[in-house]
Amino acid sequence: MLILKLAYKNLVGAGVRTWLNVFVTAISFFLIIFMTGLYQGMEEHSLQILIDTEIAGGAYWHPDYDPADPIALEDAHGTPPSPVAALIEDGQAVPVLISQAAIYPNGRIRPVIMKGIIPGQTILDFPSSTLAGYEGSDIPVLIGAGMAKSSNLKAGDTFIIRWLDANKTYDAQEGIVVAVMETENFQIDLGQIWIPIERMQQMLSMPGEASYVTYAQGLDALAETDGWILRDAAYLNRHMVAAIDADRQAAPILYAILLALAAMGIFNSQVLTIFRRQKEIGTLMALGMTRPKVVGLFTTEGGMNAFLALIMTIILGGPVLYWSATTGIPLLEMYGMGDVDAAEMGFIMAGRIISVYSVGLFVTTTILVSMIVLIVSYLPARRIAKMKPTDALRGKVY
Amino acid sequence: MIKILRNTTFLALILSVLSAQSEQPTAEELIKAIDDNMSADNRVITSKMIVHGRRASRTIESRSWVVGTNLAFTEYLSPPREAGTKMLKTKDKLWTYSPQTDRIIQISGHMLRQSVMGSDMSYTDMMEDRPLLEMYNATVEGSEVIDGRKYWILYLDAKVSDVSYPKRRSWVDVEYLLPMKEELYAKSGKLLKSSTMGGVMKIEGRWYPTSFNFKDELKRNSKGTQWVIDTIEFDVDIPESRFSKASLRK
Repeated sequence: MLILKLAYKNLVGAGVRTWLNVFVTAISFFLIIFMTGLYQGMEEHSLQILIDTEIAGGAYWHPDYDPADPIALEDAHGTPPSPVAALIEDGQAVPVLISQAAIYPNGRIRPVIMKGIIPGQTILDFPSSTLAGYEGSDIPVLIGAGMAKSSNLKAGDTFIIRWLDANKTYDAQEGIVVAVMETENFQIDLGQIWIPIERMQQMLSMPGEASYVTYAQGLDALAETDGWILRDAAYLNRHMVAAIDADRQAAPILYAILLALAAMGIFNSQVLTIFRRQKEIGTLMALGMTRPKVVGLFTTEGGMNAFLALIMTIILGGPVLYWSATTGIPLLEMYGMGDVDAAEMGFIMAGRIISVYSVGLFVTTTILVSMIVLIVSYLPARRIAKMKPTDALRGKVY
Repeated sequence: MIKILRNTTFLALILSVLSAQSEQPTAEELIKAIDDNMSADNRVITSKMIVHGRRASRTIESRSWVVGTNLAFTEYLSPPREAGTKMLKTKDKLWTYSPQTDRIIQISGHMLRQSVMGSDMSYTDMMEDRPLLEMYNATVEGSEVIDGRKYWILYLDAKVSDVSYPKRRSWVDVEYLLPMKEELYAKSGKLLKSSTMGGVMKIEGRWYPTSFNFKDELKRNSKGTQWVIDTIEFDVDIPESRFSKASLRK
């Protein structure tokens, strides 16, 4: 109890110096929690976007379909096997047909991936219904905002689409942009045009065919798929999960730097304090305070430092953490990149990032920061405890 | 007397040629005549391909060894960036070699639809070598006089499904029996590409064009790609090893 009282008095007595230490530790505390939450938010958001707009529950791929091999694309189409077709019939799955094509926006050639989808589908969070409203003779086309920007196209614009059908015969027709979708998933946007699947099957002489079939979330895998390959959500997410894991492995480096900054501040302050308080320590030791108690006193002061830092973090940083978890942070805007499309840069990123903070994050950060503060308080105190009281009273520099 | 006889014979010859020229040939005869002019057992060509871009034009010089319609080997000579790039076509396969990467790549699938060296010509266009009569029903639609020269208009409609261009229309020069102008159409009837020939010269007993222009008609303001033959030799002895994959690295 005496040590606690003494530690408290010493902290209060140190005045501004204490508060500076507490402030630096609080900043570290806050930054670790804030950055981790921000990372977590970005990752969860990216994964969710991918699931909502592209993956859903998973997919059945045509045996030759491999999104990483565009050369194989022209053979990767076929009639879905009957169990998969039954899912499509029930509205629990949506077929997608893919082919290479060339478009001529403003008379300039541009290779694209042409994808056919059922306009009325509800499996993917995707404005495919916009394809249903058009009644003209041109091919209705839905494109993403990134594609619209890079091709200089807008809703209502027309351009020629040229493709090769199943017989490798060229065909070409006018397409019209019926809508431009705002999507955070560049994988359904850049270099792609979406058209109604029935129209595409007719254009390519591939009636009833698809390259893959995406099924709704929560469905069990089919036992019989007649050679079509089941790719569950875990498989389709794997690149994103791998990217997240790589990020997670890199994050501790950032935290280590932040913690080192805080630790150095506290360590420095403790060393200075001990140096300045040599006579006081010598007096205490001469009056009978044991060495462990001297060490305990200084370590307690460090612990109190950490506790005060936690309180300061809650008071000063709490509103910011709450705001970032509810309203979200317009990261690109904040960096003056409001007009930059993350999709163009090749990553899935929300315009406003909602941070995700877990109880575990607070607990582990508190323990981690406290431990480090205690250690850096203990180390210099241990050294002074080795001093002779007479030397300490004389103010001999150790 | 001899003089009169000679003049009469000459007049008769002129008349017979003129009458032959005005008499509409069958499509088969026209295609055969074109083939006789254009194809040779083998040939070695040095040429320039001039690719007209929006801002600037590029000239790519190459030397090609061609045997029949199945075998072709091309080595690019300039500009320095392209020099050393080689291309080998054997039947339905196409390989390219790039000295920068020292790798041989087979051009297949969708890559065949990409343009050759940024030109208006695709690899598919280069690969098309089946006899026209095997792929198309040909009809002679009539004749047309353009700039004082008479042309037969030959219309080709695909009779098999696996042809790149389902419809073609050619303007065949009555004298040269060469398709001086050709239009290639999509299944929908949209004009996709056009080509013109020029600089017709009599080389080793046959009429042969020395310049071509290929144009992607879907591109706006495109000047197309020019192909100019600098030298051509027919029936040259080309060793078989020239058309091996190993020769790409040599």
